[in-house]
Amino acid sequence: MSGLLTIAGRELRSRLILGTGGFTNHEVLSAALDASGAELCTVALRRLGGERGPNHAGSILDVLDRAGVEVLPNTAGCYTARDAIVTAQLAREAFGTDWIKLEVIGDDRTLLPDAVELVAAAEALVDDGFTVLPYTTDDPILARRLEDVGCAAVMPLGSPIGSGMGIRNPYNISIVVERAGVPVILDAGVGTASDAAFAIELGCDAVLCASAISRAHDPVAMATAIRLAVEAGWLARGAGRIPRRRYAEASTPDEGLPVFDSASQ
Amino acid sequence: MSLSVTINGDRRELPAGATVANVIESFPGAPEGRGVAVAVEGEVVPRAQWPNVELRDGAKVEVVVAVQGG
Repeated sequence: MSGLLTIAGRELRSRLILGTGGFTNHEVLSAALDASGAELCTVALRRLGGERGPNHAGSILDVLDRAGVEVLPNTAGCYTARDAIVTAQLAREAFGTDWIKLEVIGDDRTLLPDAVELVAAAEALVDDGFTVLPYTTDDPILARRLEDVGCAAVMPLGSPIGSGMGIRNPYNISIVVERAGVPVILDAGVGTASDAAFAIELGCDAVLCASAISRAHDPVAMATAIRLAVEAGWLARGAGRIPRRRYAEASTPDEGLPVFDSASQ
Repeated sequence: MSLSVTINGDRRELPAGATVANVIESFPGAPEGRGVAVAVEGEVVPRAQWPNVELRDGAKVEVVVAVQGG
């Protein structure tokens, strides 16, 4: 695909970022990762022990290392700025990266961002030297606030995480894009390939996708489909869509139309 | 003399003078590689400090590891 995506000075060829949540096993994740062409993948941190032994833990990074992709740790599950900040600091220690996908959610039913806590956490993490990519609502004002405190990108949701509802407010997404001075990454709600194409057509710089791929009946095929959709959206955006009209406009010329009704000459 | 500490939500008894490194060693497989991090009382303890940081009685320790997500 033409046109590199640049986030905080790092150039990426792929405009698809893969979330690793929801894959049933590492083999499927690995195959989907290859099919997606993604160069950046999210990972999470959870307590050691219990069902997740250290062997399992080590191997998610092994999978990503083998694929040659960069790790983007998240703060999934954090409800307060304080928790998100400590989680980001743990991620920096665990993964040796200062990039963080910042999530601060308001409740477990909607998983919608808590705007107040989000901005507070973003500001503190930027001050602490992090490259902050916040998961946010589709509110253009909030996106601006996050940019103002120094976030390296903004990642508005199309619809709630895992809902597969696509882009519920394309007008807001396009306003976020118009006013953003940093890359805009559509971060949640993609249900299928056309949603990803739409995001890019609306002007988003990239799409972050987890459930749409990991929970598809055939994750590898969906990873391919969404990779191609992102590419198609990019090409279509560059090509320029025709204006929308309320009435038809014939593509076949009227001139030279034969007349068969003798009464009208 | 022993310490009572909370590790990932579970109360555990450790010998006096136990360090963060000892806590890590207490997990099966003793993870040492990338993808593990520790916070004591909400403060991250850098890996290089694990052998040096002794736990206080009543300390709350979180040991986290990379998992799929996001």
